[in-house]
Amino acid sequence: MSREVEETNRRLLRARDAMDRAYDQPLDTAALARIACVSEAHFIRTFRATFGETPHRYLQRRRVERSMFLLRESERSITDICLDVGFTSLGTFSRTFREIVGQSPSAYRLGTAPVGGAVPTCFAMAWLRPSSFGEAKERSDG
Amino acid sequence: MKNFDQITSAHIWVLDHQEALDFYVGKLGLEVKTDISQGGFRWLTVGVAGEAVPEIVLDVPGPPVMDEKTAGQIRELVTKGATGVVMVLRTEDCFGLYERLRAKGVEFTQAATDHGYGIDCGLRDPFGNQIRILQPKVWKG
Repeated sequence: MSREVEETNRRLLRARDAMDRAYDQPLDTAALARIACVSEAHFIRTFRATFGETPHRYLQRRRVERSMFLLRESERSITDICLDVGFTSLGTFSRTFREIVGQSPSAYRLGTAPVGGAVPTCFAMAWLRPSSFGEAKERSDG
Repeated sequence: MKNFDQITSAHIWVLDHQEALDFYVGKLGLEVKTDISQGGFRWLTVGVAGEAVPEIVLDVPGPPVMDEKTAGQIRELVTKGATGVVMVLRTEDCFGLYERLRAKGVEFTQAATDHGYGIDCGLRDPFGNQIRILQPKVWKG
């Protein structure tokens, strides 16, 4: 592998880290492409080739994961949670949540207990981000 | 009798020894434990100042340990951030350390946050390895 690919990977990772760190901010693809120092079209293409999903999808799943966390672990209202994690419209939040998780935010809240024990947040954030790679569906089918 | 009494060393892939030293020693403030170059290799370890163990081996992938293609695959995984959390460092003051390291230009993946079990933050080394810094609520050992 060439060193240019490594440089590109590292810059794309920097943009991905920005999504994990600042998901509650109004991040758009143009701003993320600037972090990665590439054009927007090139950013979307290379991000997908490198990480297996588009930057938009990655951010949606990060926001939905954080909303799942707040639904499980807090008493905040669904509208507050929607805004907390960076969505600006309740309609978009509910639709995206249902599409990714397979149930509504309120149904998820009713049906899910808090994660107990001594699992570090960073580990839970990594493993509980709903996946676009297909295995979440397999698990729920099984 | 238990089989072991301590973890003495662990290993992480870095992509350049000097850049690794600049970061792990120059920025994070670990100290060099061993630095021996002989023939084609460099045995470079770092650890917490004043603590004998564990030592972290900073190793660069490449021949003759492995072929260039395999080394390239490791470099690709490291730069994609796919090596996971390579170490957790304990501190008495996570918020203060977070600010000091940020001022030095360390790249954080998560700001210092109180999670209940303790305060922690996440950062990356220059290559893509992830490191956590934890100020635990309950101090063990």
